Amino acid sequence: MALLEVNNLSISFGGLRAVGDFNLKIEKGELYGLIGPNGAGKTTVFNLLTGVYKPDEGIIKLDGQDITRKNTIEINHAGIARTFQNIRLFKQLSVIDNVKVGLSERIKYSLFESIFHVGSYKAKEKEMEEEALRLLKVFDLDGEKDILASNLPYGKQRKLEIARAMATDPKLLLLDEPAAGMNPNETKELMETIALVRREFDMTILLIEHDMKLVSGICEKLTVLNFGRVLCQGETKEVLADPEVIKAYIGD
Amino acid sequence: MSFLTYLINGLSLGSIYAIIALGYTMVYGIAKMLNFAHGDFIMVGCYIIFSVSAALSGNPIIGILIAIVLCTLLGITTEFVAYRPLRGAASPLAVLITAIGVSYLLENVALLIFGADIKSFTSVVKWEGITLFDGQLKIQGVTIVTIVVSIVILIVLQLFINKTKQGQAMLAASEDKGAAALMGINVNRTIMLTFAIGSALAAIAGALLCSAYPSLSPYTGAMPGIKAFVAAVLGGIGSIPGAMIGGLVLGIVEILSKTYISSQLSDAIVFGILVIVLLVKPTGILGKKIQEKV
Amino acid sequence: MSKTKRDNLITYGIVILAFIIFQVLSATGNLSSHMKGLLVPMTYYAVIAVALNLCVGILGELSIGHCGFMCIGAFTSAFFSKVTEEVLPTAPRFIIAFIIGIAFAALFGFLIGIPVLRLKGDYLAIVTLAFGEIIKNVINAFYVGVDSHGLHFSMKNAMELNMEEDGQVIINGAMGITGTPHDSNFAIGIAVLLISLFVVLNLINSRDGRAIMAVRDNYIAAEASGINVTRYKMMAFTISAAIAGAAGVLFSHNITTLTASSQYFGYNASIMILVYVVLGGIGNIRGSVIAACILYLLPELLRGLNTYRMLIYSIVLIVMMIVNWSPKVIEWRKRTFGNLLKKSGKEMA
Repeated sequence: MALLEVNNLSISFGGLRAVGDFNLKIEKGELYGLIGPNGAGKTTVFNLLTGVYKPDEGIIKLDGQDITRKNTIEINHAGIARTFQNIRLFKQLSVIDNVKVGLSERIKYSLFESIFHVGSYKAKEKEMEEEALRLLKVFDLDGEKDILASNLPYGKQRKLEIARAMATDPKLLLLDEPAAGMNPNETKELMETIALVRREFDMTILLIEHDMKLVSGICEKLTVLNFGRVLCQGETKEVLADPEVIKAYIGD
Repeated sequence: MSFLTYLINGLSLGSIYAIIALGYTMVYGIAKMLNFAHGDFIMVGCYIIFSVSAALSGNPIIGILIAIVLCTLLGITTEFVAYRPLRGAASPLAVLITAIGVSYLLENVALLIFGADIKSFTSVVKWEGITLFDGQLKIQGVTIVTIVVSIVILIVLQLFINKTKQGQAMLAASEDKGAAALMGINVNRTIMLTFAIGSALAAIAGALLCSAYPSLSPYTGAMPGIKAFVAAVLGGIGSIPGAMIGGLVLGIVEILSKTYISSQLSDAIVFGILVIVLLVKPTGILGKKIQEKV
Repeated sequence: MSKTKRDNLITYGIVILAFIIFQVLSATGNLSSHMKGLLVPMTYYAVIAVALNLCVGILGELSIGHCGFMCIGAFTSAFFSKVTEEVLPTAPRFIIAFIIGIAFAALFGFLIGIPVLRLKGDYLAIVTLAFGEIIKNVINAFYVGVDSHGLHFSMKNAMELNMEEDGQVIINGAMGITGTPHDSNFAIGIAVLLISLFVVLNLINSRDGRAIMAVRDNYIAAEASGINVTRYKMMAFTISAAIAGAAGVLFSHNITTLTASSQYFGYNASIMILVYVVLGGIGNIRGSVIAACILYLLPELLRGLNTYRMLIYSIVLIVMMIVNWSPKVIEWRKRTFGNLLKKSGKEMA
């Protein structure tokens, strides 16, 4: 059974069909790329997968469980975590607290214990601290754990966003244009981080990019979207050789 | 017949709220700030008219004109000295608190000059009004004047915004200040113009308010200011027809609930209407829907 | 010891130190009776400032109706104390009064939070103002009496209560509640302040507090991280209202006649608390306490200047806001003082 199975997903905004008849199958452990020109509907697909938008039609199944029409929170609990095209960190929180927020649905204690710091508060906080530090170490952010997230350099903010997503212990990680706004050096480092996430966590990843070079370098499979429809789907090499794809990207 | 009288009174009070709300909504639309001092400009306008009338004991028109000019100057000065330095501050609360400071300042200057005792304001409308249906329905002159003035103001403002360059600049700047600046619009000057118009409207509203309810104190403007803001929010803040509708709804609801339900609960009912409308339509009656892009 | 722990201890220390200083001044006869009368109000304003900072600074939602919750706490607790004045001894009565005031304020916070927290930004602010005014107005038109048959309510006047001869009017509309026992004192006020600080500071350093701040900083990312945004907004708002209710209990048991007047419970009073919070630093709980105490005492101490005091206060307020927040002034300060620092650094080298 595939980890993520999407069938005939469609959504329209004011009569305009943003995504139509979208199908996708991602096996466990795959690094999958969703590419397409600007405005092709890539982020809309992400927003459908994470419950920001509710689809008009179609079914989304994660690990066999139907998550269509669930809200963002439920979908995160079901096992999908994501990052955003324009980085969304908790800017006024420290680096480690950003990760702890990601952990807070996994390591729980009651409001009463929160207010009076009694019961399991100490033990659970310690567990959270250790787990957060472990994650930060993986992403090489442990040196900056106490500074405000907004004071991190751009590349590290991206890393922190991924670390926070990983803290929710997802089955599937969605990365929305992770290389946007990065210089070649940062992009290279990012590719290493993504490789690291796969290795360390044995993670299944779906990423959006319109930088073809990045995608062809790391993704095993691709889906190409154009005008909200699947143009081509399959192994990276085959997809990139498809004349339709080349036409959509370069034009006639 | 008495219902009709109350309805017309409500319409008149609503027109005053509408005029104040127009100023509020324009300033909010462009400067994105709750100008808590706006209501106090009404009070300032009233004291100016009061003083000029006392000094000249003549035609109130001169007093009104002087009040409009001085309130406009005061509005521009306040914007320049107190609000402009805080544009782009890290927290939007900064300018809100400053506006509260300006409100305190105006109230206390008035307190120092005129004292806390309530002054009796002489109506600027000398016309007795009209009597209809064999004397069964009396409409006071000030009521009619208020309603007419508010309609004229609404039309003039709509024309100004839709037909003149400055008006278009205002619309552009309230939509996106950065883009407007790139298109060659002088954003600072546009905001200043908006404050000038808002303050002038406050002076006119003050003259009408104190003519209908002739008691004047340093706190006269505070509650009408808040109500007008409620009206602006009710109608959909940033929308000029919205401010007009919101003002009228509020005025009518206030007078009718005072008459038929309870004078003590009328304010609660007015605020209750706001709560209900915002629950049904979170951006007000004519407000635009805003959604954050993910 | 971690830095936050040390910071929190300093905050408690400052409050305790202030308490000791005022007690010593009072014992040695260095405090005028006017000044002594200001001590309890100072504590309840500090308490409500802490409450409001939880809402504005930690949750990030602007409320300009918080005195409404204080009003609920004041009236419900005063009602209880008045009814049970002859039945219960002071200590348990006052403790139950606190529980009642806090519980009702929390209940109203919860009920009002449901609609209010769906709104955003300034819309939310104006609706909190509206609710604050509604609470005040309704209480002003509210009559409750008690006789041998139990409680009687009316929204018209005291006559409408239709009570027996022995009936006693407890809440008399706009005339409020008269003769609530004077149970509040400075020490209790300080204790309530310390407990409020304990609750809020602990909350901030917990799983729930972090979630609340995450919602404030970016609710979309919070949702994507599995955080139930509505739940945490409600949580912070309700706790904030509850603490404001505690301030109300202190208030009503420190005053002979409790009325729902604009002076104490109107939007202007709520705004005054907001001024404390902003000047003390948004999100800075210790700052709120200090600002509330200083700013409450300041105009009262300037009474000698009488007519000019509020004028001075308003000008100071405007100037302070511009100096602290204007981007241009901040840049200028950095340039000027930054250079000074650099220069002194060079000389040192």
